[in-house]
Amino acid sequence: MSGRFALRRFVDRAVRGACLLATVLALLPLVSVLAFVVVRGAGGLSLTFLTGLPKPVGEPGGGMAHAIVGSLQIVGLACLIGIPAGVLAGIHLAEYGATRFGRFVRFSADVLSGVPSIAVGLFVYALVVARAQRFSAYAGALALAILMLPTITRSTEELLRLVPESLREAALGLGVPAWRATLRVMLRTALPGVATGVMLAVARAMGESAPLLFTSFNNRAWAESPNEPTASLPVNIYTYATSPYADWHQQAWAAALVLVGLVLCLSVAARLLVRRRPE
Amino acid sequence: MTASAASRAPRSLFGGKRTGDFVFSRLTGGFALVVIVTISVMALEMARSSAPTLSAFGASFAVGTVWDPLHHVFGALPFVWGTVVSSLLALVIAVPVSLGVAVYLSELATAWQRDVLGFLVEMLAAVPSVVYGLWGAFALSPWLRTTLEPWLAKYLGFLPLFRGPSQGFGMLAGGIVLSIMILPTISSVSREVLRAVPSSLREGALALGATRSEMVSIAVLPYARSGLIGAVLLGLGRALGETMAITMVIGNRAEISSSLFAPSYTMASVIANEFTEATDRLHLAALAEMGLLLFLVTVCLNIVARLLVARVGRPVEGGRL
Repeated sequence: MSGRFALRRFVDRAVRGACLLATVLALLPLVSVLAFVVVRGAGGLSLTFLTGLPKPVGEPGGGMAHAIVGSLQIVGLACLIGIPAGVLAGIHLAEYGATRFGRFVRFSADVLSGVPSIAVGLFVYALVVARAQRFSAYAGALALAILMLPTITRSTEELLRLVPESLREAALGLGVPAWRATLRVMLRTALPGVATGVMLAVARAMGESAPLLFTSFNNRAWAESPNEPTASLPVNIYTYATSPYADWHQQAWAAALVLVGLVLCLSVAARLLVRRRPE
Repeated sequence: MTASAASRAPRSLFGGKRTGDFVFSRLTGGFALVVIVTISVMALEMARSSAPTLSAFGASFAVGTVWDPLHHVFGALPFVWGTVVSSLLALVIAVPVSLGVAVYLSELATAWQRDVLGFLVEMLAAVPSVVYGLWGAFALSPWLRTTLEPWLAKYLGFLPLFRGPSQGFGMLAGGIVLSIMILPTISSVSREVLRAVPSSLREGALALGATRSEMVSIAVLPYARSGLIGAVLLGLGRALGETMAITMVIGNRAEISSSLFAPSYTMASVIANEFTEATDRLHLAALAEMGLLLFLVTVCLNIVARLLVARVGRPVEGGRL
């Protein structure tokens, strides 16, 4: 009897150990990726890199200022489209979403969130770029906004649903119109959580490269307006990493360091905003 | 619940409130409609832009093995093969690990371990795809070429999977990078699913004298099974559509080989590589059709996965995190 118990205890410990091992194993790539990005990227990071433009092909040196600004510009434009649309759609689902329409929207958002980002790129190419006959930051922003939309919609809805119904009832009892109670009481209470969802979506959009390949394309100089091909950090990392020049590889690592820095700061900040999401 | 609360709102003495509510619900409803319109227009637009190859080649598109844009021969099979095999390889690696992570974090870990390790696992999802590609090309693939692949060939070389020269760039590198990228998806959805398992089941098992791991295998996993399958399918959907990272490590050669060391090519990669350079109408349409195929497969997978996850009891977040 006690032998059998010892066996069970052994199995229990083995299973726990295996699960812990799996967790550690899962984190190894994270450590390795971050270490490589920091070590190799720091070597290429310089003032010229951050403020300069690319030199002609084959000449060493130069920087990626245009790509850093381009990325921020494309993501900024995407936010202008994606955030209001996503938050308002989320409000609709949380407040009036118990209908067949609401269920269909929810379903569409889930399906949309599973669409590969390259397919979104192809779609925006066919919709905008092929018609306008030009690559532009606007097209890139639209692609990123489509990627943000379902995440923001669903997270806004979830967080609004967590707000206690008694708050709304108190507001209604004071004679506040229902829509103002939604905005001024429910949304305001859920705001930190909603902001977290938005920031996570923005962080993810900032790292996307596949949808930008056919929409904002790339540019080796400053784009004169958002209606022109625009360089972005992710696309530049791809172009530089797949080039045959060692100097470009070095720059790709530096660009990766900048990009990872931006994305991780956003993600970490988003999580600190609500230290524990209410269950 | 919330909807009825809104409609039960008392009418104002001064009127005007119902107009405001009406406008607000229609306004937000308009934006909700945008979500439906986006996905529908996307499906239509992709079908439209792939129409030329659909009519020119029909089903032979999916089974042809030769891809020669110069001579208007478009067979997508090598790309379908590369996509499917690399994704399955990613699942083989990622599923045991991410289920282990999910079980550890939701059933075995203490509160602070759960917070810290859970946060770090989510950070895996925050690293951009192209950065994984960069790491895969300059860190992982040299290591595979000099260390792992020779080792596999030496000890497991009797399997056709591990034959041939070690090249670093190839199916194995692609599968490993994909597995890293889908791991956070599978583990976070699995954690949601495990969290939806009623704790009375756990208490019952523990009260009967089960150890923690017996509790997991007797009470928790059977209840959560369909949701866990859904989590795996969501991971698969992500692996199938992943583009940049795998393009940078898989070698990009349209061949069907039994060896995991050999280079391959995926559907998403060929779109990424050839789309901006394709000038010919049929070539563009062939790439668009590849995109359409990818779109349809991932949409179907997602629908099935969401239904499976919802069966365990709680809706899952819309995000890909």
